[in-house]
Amino acid sequence: MAMTDTAAPAAEIDRSNMRVSDEVAISIENLNKWYGEFHVLRDIDLKVMRGERIVVCGPSGSGKSTLIRCINALEEHQQGRIEVDGTVLSSDLKNIDKIRSEVGMCFQHFNLFPHLTILENCTLAPIWVRKTPRREAEETAMHFLEKVKIPEQADKYPGQLSGGQQQRVAIARSLCMRPRIMLFDEPTSALDPEMIKEVLDTMIELAQDGMTMICVTHEMGFARQVANRVIFMDQGQIVEQNEPEAFFTDPQNDRTKLFLSQILGH
Amino acid sequence: MSDTHAQTAAFQASFVREEMVAASPPPARDRGVVKWLRENLFSSWLNVILTVLGLLAIWWIASHVFPWMLRGIWVADSLSECREIRNERYGEGVGAACWAVLTERWNQLMFGFYPQDLYWRPVAGVAFFVAALMPILFSRLPRWTLWFSAAAPFVAFWLIWGGTIWAPVVVAGGFALGALAYVALSNVNQIAATLAAIVVPVLFWLFAAGPLIGALQSAIPLAIEFVPSDDIGGFLLAVIIGFSAIILSLPLGILLALGRRSDLFIISKVSVAFIETIRGVPLIVWLFTASLLLNYFMPPGTNFDLMLRVIIMVTLFASAYIAEVVRGGLAALPKGQYEGADSLGLDYWQSMRLVILPQALKISIPGIVNTFIGLFKDTTLVVFIGLLDPIGLSNAIRATTAWNGIYWELFIFIGLLFFVCCFAMSRYSMYLERKLAREHR
Ligand SMILES: Nc1ncnc2c1ncn2[C@@H]1O[C@H](COP(=O)(O)OP(=O)(O)OP(=O)(O)O)[C@@H](O)[C@H]1O
Ligand SMILES: [Mg+2]
Repeated sequence: MAMTDTAAPAAEIDRSNMRVSDEVAISIENLNKWYGEFHVLRDIDLKVMRGERIVVCGPSGSGKSTLIRCINALEEHQQGRIEVDGTVLSSDLKNIDKIRSEVGMCFQHFNLFPHLTILENCTLAPIWVRKTPRREAEETAMHFLEKVKIPEQADKYPGQLSGGQQQRVAIARSLCMRPRIMLFDEPTSALDPEMIKEVLDTMIELAQDGMTMICVTHEMGFARQVANRVIFMDQGQIVEQNEPEAFFTDPQNDRTKLFLSQILGH
Repeated sequence: MSDTHAQTAAFQASFVREEMVAASPPPARDRGVVKWLRENLFSSWLNVILTVLGLLAIWWIASHVFPWMLRGIWVADSLSECREIRNERYGEGVGAACWAVLTERWNQLMFGFYPQDLYWRPVAGVAFFVAALMPILFSRLPRWTLWFSAAAPFVAFWLIWGGTIWAPVVVAGGFALGALAYVALSNVNQIAATLAAIVVPVLFWLFAAGPLIGALQSAIPLAIEFVPSDDIGGFLLAVIIGFSAIILSLPLGILLALGRRSDLFIISKVSVAFIETIRGVPLIVWLFTASLLLNYFMPPGTNFDLMLRVIIMVTLFASAYIAEVVRGGLAALPKGQYEGADSLGLDYWQSMRLVILPQALKISIPGIVNTFIGLFKDTTLVVFIGLLDPIGLSNAIRATTAWNGIYWELFIFIGLLFFVCCFAMSRYSMYLERKLAREHR
């Protein structure tokens, strides 16, 4: 597992756009989920304000992935209420598709479409979901590919790119839908160390632009630099949450302490 | 996989050996043909023996078959005439093929009892159809040529069966209506649009098509001589049944595969029941069902064309197999592909059409083509319900006094016909696999 403390001294971060507004982006109330008998998520309550950058960490199997996958209905929950951008998640497919098109998601294994070029990967959803004209969609795609610094790869297929490049394409692909919220599920844990930085840099830039982000990650350096809140989960519960500085230097809960000593201790 | 291993292993073994031999001089033996022979045919005593035995077997077969074929007699009116010519030319008891049966009965083997003076019509129909398939098979052709592909079934139908031109036009119009209904409703509600796309054309065909065809025909009479299905036979019949079933069974099979994996309980159970029932019963039973039983269920007086019934049965049969092949492809895709498509907000049909199926079908190509080849050869089973496909005709030909007693020549010819078609399909599938492998990497 790639639980590393990227102590890379950050280039100074421009915080001028990183403002937390008092508008609610995601509100989760009393969320419970079971896999059969197994209670994965227990009484989760979480309010995410627009502009917040939240890092979720916790031991393996604690339900981090499940939690953020509930937000865009990749997993369905059995109890509780999830409201994203004013839309309440219900079993109505219209609502689900609407939320999914507003919420971008990056996966551990990128999940690019191998039969489409990079450009086609990026224009697919805008063209078919947003009904954007092809020309315009391609311009937007090139804009975001430039932003993640790989415009020259636009005509290649995902299989021809390195892992780090693929993950940046995946981020660009999500951004092409102009999401208001981005979810990241361990975006760097399938990558070699030298590629981790390029992906983290992309994410930092995104944060500087004021994107609302929820990141499941063990990159504690990233958490320190950009997060305004770190959430610690264990056994399906949110055990502790705090600002990064306080979270790392002064953890309250015993399980948090143990976890931090394990991942920072070596 | 194990194949590749064996090859690599063999290659490495011979590589080692080559190094050792190189120390002892003779260089001529180490190059070109000699080297290849030594490595591939005579590398050990066992190989030497197998090579010699193999050569003997090939020689034995070739020395018997080739002279028989080459001595073949091409012009004669009956088997006895063939024999006379042979006795005269080569002497009694010498083997000589009597290809004359093919030349004399060529038209029948190709067209069955299709009216002689109209042969140009099926030829033109099939040729147009094959030409119109090209834009589908080869994506390098300009995309507007796909309109020909869309028109091809109707043109081919009209040329082969004849009758009023308004019948295929009105049927095609039904599809257009379905598409219109879909487009009109797709902004309102996806499910309603899909339903309308099915219901509107069906209603149109059931109630409006008949009178409309009659009205159009009496207003603007445009018709060519009608040829009933009973007259169609020979290789033409095999091609019609085979092509129709191949083209219809692919979309149906894909729908069944999606249905089987669907979250909707009823749809998945219906698909499973359909697939298992169709697959669990031999095709010949379904063909008998088509020819005998279906008539009992039809309202009395309806005469539902036998060939059409057979096409439907063969299509259903093949689609069950296609469904299972495609299901394998769907299951082989990583879950991440489904999630990637979902997370972008693509709806079910979009994610299937744009993301999942292109990849799943690519994986399934060998299996799909395999099913098609099987289906095409299985069309010969229609002989058992009295349709005159090439096998049925060969039986009829052998039953005549003129050709009584001939069989090798006919069966070799029919075998060759089918082999050419099946081999072409197999080559095409390899081409497609290679092309897709190149494109996606
Ligand atoms: N489809 C499933 N069916 C049954 N149990 C599941 C399923 N998916 C996840 N689980 C279980 O739910 C628990 C939480 O899984 P989850 O993937 O959310 O953990 P995580 O915190 O993301 O762990 P990791 O850090 O390893 O990714 C695990 O114990 C896992 O075994
Ligand atoms: Mg996880």
